[in-house]
Amino acid sequence: MRKLLLAALCAPLVAFASEAGYPLDPSPHDARDLVSLQSGARTFVNYCLGCHSAQYMRYQGLTAIGLTEAQIRDHLMFTADKIGEPMRGPMSVKEGKQWFGVAPPDLSVIARSRGADWLYTYLRTFYRDPKTTSGWNNAVFPNAAMPHALWMLQGERRLEVAAGGHGHVDYKWSELSKGAQSVTEYDATVRDLVNFLVYVGEPHAASRKAIGVLTLFVLGVLFVLAYLLKKEYWKDVH
Amino acid sequence: MGAQLRALWGWFDARMPSVAEQWKIHAANYYAPKNFNFWYFFGALSMLVLGIQIVSGIFLTMNYKPDASLAFGSVEYIMRDVPGGWLLRYIHSTGASAFFVVVYLHMFRGLLYGSYKQPRELVWIFGVLIYLTLMGEAFFGYLLPWGQMSYWGAQVIVNLFGTVPLIGPDLALWIRGDYVVSDATLNRFFALHVIAFPLVLLGLVVAHILALHDVGSNNPDGIEIKKTKGADGHPLDGIPFHPYYTVKDLMGAVLFLAIFCFIMFFVPEVGGYFLEYNNFIPADPLKTPPHIAPVWYFTPYYSILRAVPPLFHSQFPGVLAMGVATMILFFLPWLDRSPVKSIRYRGSLYKSALALFVVVFLVLGYLGTEPTTVWGQFGFDAFFLDTKDVATWVARVCTVLYFAFFFLMPWYTARDKVLPVPERVTS
Repeated sequence: MRKLLLAALCAPLVAFASEAGYPLDPSPHDARDLVSLQSGARTFVNYCLGCHSAQYMRYQGLTAIGLTEAQIRDHLMFTADKIGEPMRGPMSVKEGKQWFGVAPPDLSVIARSRGADWLYTYLRTFYRDPKTTSGWNNAVFPNAAMPHALWMLQGERRLEVAAGGHGHVDYKWSELSKGAQSVTEYDATVRDLVNFLVYVGEPHAASRKAIGVLTLFVLGVLFVLAYLLKKEYWKDVH
Repeated sequence: MGAQLRALWGWFDARMPSVAEQWKIHAANYYAPKNFNFWYFFGALSMLVLGIQIVSGIFLTMNYKPDASLAFGSVEYIMRDVPGGWLLRYIHSTGASAFFVVVYLHMFRGLLYGSYKQPRELVWIFGVLIYLTLMGEAFFGYLLPWGQMSYWGAQVIVNLFGTVPLIGPDLALWIRGDYVVSDATLNRFFALHVIAFPLVLLGLVVAHILALHDVGSNNPDGIEIKKTKGADGHPLDGIPFHPYYTVKDLMGAVLFLAIFCFIMFFVPEVGGYFLEYNNFIPADPLKTPPHIAPVWYFTPYYSILRAVPPLFHSQFPGVLAMGVATMILFFLPWLDRSPVKSIRYRGSLYKSALALFVVVFLVLGYLGTEPTTVWGQFGFDAFFLDTKDVATWVARVCTVLYFAFFFLMPWYTARDKVLPVPERVTS
């Protein structure tokens, strides 16, 4: 009965579509893949940190994804002097509001509020739209204030939405110009970036699970002992 | 050394109520029925969770900042930079939901075996007070992380008080300490959460247990074990709480902690039910989320609130219904007219009523977590359909059934065909 309850509680983990109705692709990220996390960190500081921040994350914390302090200082720290400083971008909230209409949100826990699937799909579904101020639009997050920051990698694309039968919507993507990366390469770049964002959302997630395994083992042993103790004491109760 | 320690012990014993005496009254010489089953774990487990919440809460308080501009960041600081902080936070957030899980199961045990019936009315009343205080405690605590759901959840709940005729707006203003939920609200909710309500909770728990140990525990047969005593003056069907139930509860506690730890270490968010995804967005007073859902343990009542249609553009009838839905619990001992306590000897009327009540409570709970559009709309129109949302109508039917369970109880429990109750407990 407990299992059933737990299964019922976890059911909403399976989300199928964004609020815009665009189907979300499952994110293929792997938290144990350090190379992917490091590549995601590089993409993040090069393409995201210009406008966004991850102010609850400190640069020093990136040693946990297999980087040395020297590597972090030399290759990733564009916006701080000391390794213990938080990952803040150069753009202020006020400037962000002025330039984009809304301040770009802090990305420290964006993976926890949006979910990895949403981010993975969002970052791959920008398209050219002359009707918006930035010239870009997004299939998952319609009229997002953010322009396609990774467009030089993905290239420009066009989206045609056609209503199919039975309330079904057909999305037709076409390429307007090529980017620096192929479709597979770009998907991998986004996967690594999402992997990094998931990591930044909860840096202690790995140790949480490791401690969990140990704790459950100890409790399992303790339960056997407690059960035997109870049985021994209750022998004379009829 | 041993003699000196005994002398010191004696010095204290001579100057205050004897600890050994209290131990005898409440453990070694407290005779509990020997036939407690699975459902009897949850009282002790509630106390365990209370302890867990108090201890983890103390350490969280050392690092948390009750300030609208710092609160969200300080929680993230706890999650990242405070050594072991993430563990404390997850213990506390999992503990909040676990508290309601064990308390709901504990209350359901009362319904199963008639534990609220004479002579345990006061035990039940203290219990309902604990439940209501716990709801307040959880509500105040939920504002503290200062995320979007914290903020707008508090906004919605405080506005409920604003619907009370005449004094409503002033009442809501008095609770918030401002015209909107703000820094002032956060500060007072923090004070209420960390000191005022925990104190009340502890006092009520003491009263709950003192009253229980005075009248003695009920059991799955609903028999008063004190009626048949042996030559030694102890109930024949009773066994000393210590060591029998201390070792049994220890076993239950370890099993409970294993489930608790599994959730905490592997699925701390429980799919958005224990930690809502939108609460990882910092509170923004200018941006109302499209869907505001309370945490799962409030959702049955939230459903009742939403189900009741407004009257003269006032939501007050819904608020009233929600209030009555909780307050009605106080009257349970007098609504139940059955001559027997336990479900084992009740007739089909009560059995079906209770089964229906459980289904209704779960459906209301589920609907409270979802937007009212979750089950789509009726395809037809009619003059009596003020809303075409199917879920709203299901919630309305469930709300009526929820109240019917209580209001019709004097009728169906008196008419129920009961079975003869044995003299002694069955094993």
